[in-house]
Amino acid sequence: MKLVIGIVRPEKGNDVLEALYRAEVRGVTLSRVQGHGGELDRVETYRGTTVKMGLAEKLRFEIAVSDDFVDAAVEALCAGGRTGEVGDGKIFVLPLERAVRIRTGETDHGAVTPVGK
Amino acid sequence: MSPLDVLPLAQAAEIDTGDTAWMLIATALVILMTVGLGLFYAGLVRSKNTLNTFMMCIAALAVATVTWAVVGYSIAFDGDGSIVGGFGHAFMQGVDFTPRDGTTIPHLVFFAFQASFCIITVALVSGAVVERMRFGAYLVFAALWSVLVYAVLAHWGFGGGWLMANGTLDFAGGIAVEMASGFSALAAALVVGARKDYGRQALLPHNAVYVVLGAGLLWFGWFGFNGGSGFGTGNASILAFTNTLLAPACTLVVWFALDLIRGRKVTAIGAATAIIVGCVVITPAGGFVSPGWAMALGAIAALPCYAVIVWRPRTRVDETLDVLAAHGIAGFSGILLLGLVAQSSWNGVSDGLFYGNADQFLWQAIAAAATPAYAFVATYVLLKVIGAVMPLRATEYEEATGMDIVQHGEEAYVTGEGAILITPQDGEDGNVPVANPV
Repeated sequence: MKLVIGIVRPEKGNDVLEALYRAEVRGVTLSRVQGHGGELDRVETYRGTTVKMGLAEKLRFEIAVSDDFVDAAVEALCAGGRTGEVGDGKIFVLPLERAVRIRTGETDHGAVTPVGK
Repeated sequence: MSPLDVLPLAQAAEIDTGDTAWMLIATALVILMTVGLGLFYAGLVRSKNTLNTFMMCIAALAVATVTWAVVGYSIAFDGDGSIVGGFGHAFMQGVDFTPRDGTTIPHLVFFAFQASFCIITVALVSGAVVERMRFGAYLVFAALWSVLVYAVLAHWGFGGGWLMANGTLDFAGGIAVEMASGFSALAAALVVGARKDYGRQALLPHNAVYVVLGAGLLWFGWFGFNGGSGFGTGNASILAFTNTLLAPACTLVVWFALDLIRGRKVTAIGAATAIIVGCVVITPAGGFVSPGWAMALGAIAALPCYAVIVWRPRTRVDETLDVLAAHGIAGFSGILLLGLVAQSSWNGVSDGLFYGNADQFLWQAIAAAATPAYAFVATYVLLKVIGAVMPLRATEYEEATGMDIVQHGEEAYVTGEGAILITPQDGEDGNVPVANPV
């Protein structure tokens, strides 16, 4: 059981979701985050105040999957999120100690398997 | 414009203070419409394009005012050539405190009022190309379009050109404003092309409150737009003013019903659209039809416009903010229906087909065919020519990043997190890795 965290460009969010659904990965949490990952900063000017924007808008996917689905989830994040430019984001795979589905109390493998599987 | 004929002849030669006072206010109201339109359009796009979309309307205030003063006004309102006017008023020559012919208001006020129409019409067209057109190319387009398309059609409809000379009725701009913007928008959408994600992803309005507030401001301003088009406080203006209340109200009611039938819910953005459709359909007809017919026109116009709004997104034509449906089709409906229901007992000018004057309907139909044809072809050619000189649209990468950052170096909803002040000392020198996104 792993937690896959994918940080991608906001405009690629829909592509990633589509790729995840195609890979039959159904349990997803999404948040809007700001981050910096080596891409060049952009300069903005507001009434004479010029600033360097060090943080870029990103989307953060959190996906808890059983071991069989780790590769599928990572591939979907890569395929959906890639543009080839600096700033496409990162994927982190973390070991997951425990998972509980609140509605049923199922734990671990049962909790991260989509309903009906 | 024919309502002038109903003014008492004794007043025609001198300034009337009451008329002038109202026209000053009416002009300011129409200027507010352009800002309202900016808000309306900005709410309909994605948040990363908010400022760019708003700026297209603000740019119309800049560019179209200048072109209008330089040459546009003259082409529209100097002399009665059949296709275009002359250059007698170029650079505002002869535009002074004396009354404009046929009105009781100073020529300067008449000029400013007509300028406000040119401005909003240019701004309207931008709705077709938001979220991908380069700002620089848009400025060039706005400048040329305001002269080559708007001023010419204004001459046809209001300035003594062939449509007006043959008796076509157009109270406040069904020809030059509504049909011109709607059918030009269709051409612009075809030349500039669809947004890269159009038809692939849901591209949703980012702030429905802006949309509804913008539509409300437009309706408010439209009382000056239609109510001022009699150039005073005579019967035609009063009739147009009240009809501007009645028609959109009826459009709203019918739109609610259509929404209920189609989706079982009344939508707010639908209501905002209905307000505009109602205002547009009464624009050509305002001072010429009875209040009862104004209500009928408002109700009837909902049907074709609703149909086009439902149909258009299923096509490959990314006419993004539905200028064709809300302005082109509604303006077309207004011009045609006016030819049926105009009543000389209300307007003192002419009857429509229902009151025994088939010629009136014929000339309305001619205007409804000629105007879209000219607007579409002229805009199509103009954009092709501009496109041959400079790129019309942003790159895919820029489109993905958002036009606010790429074109303006600003964001509408900037948080300030991660923003580092660049002081004059460290500047944008080689030590600071900076990408100028342009």
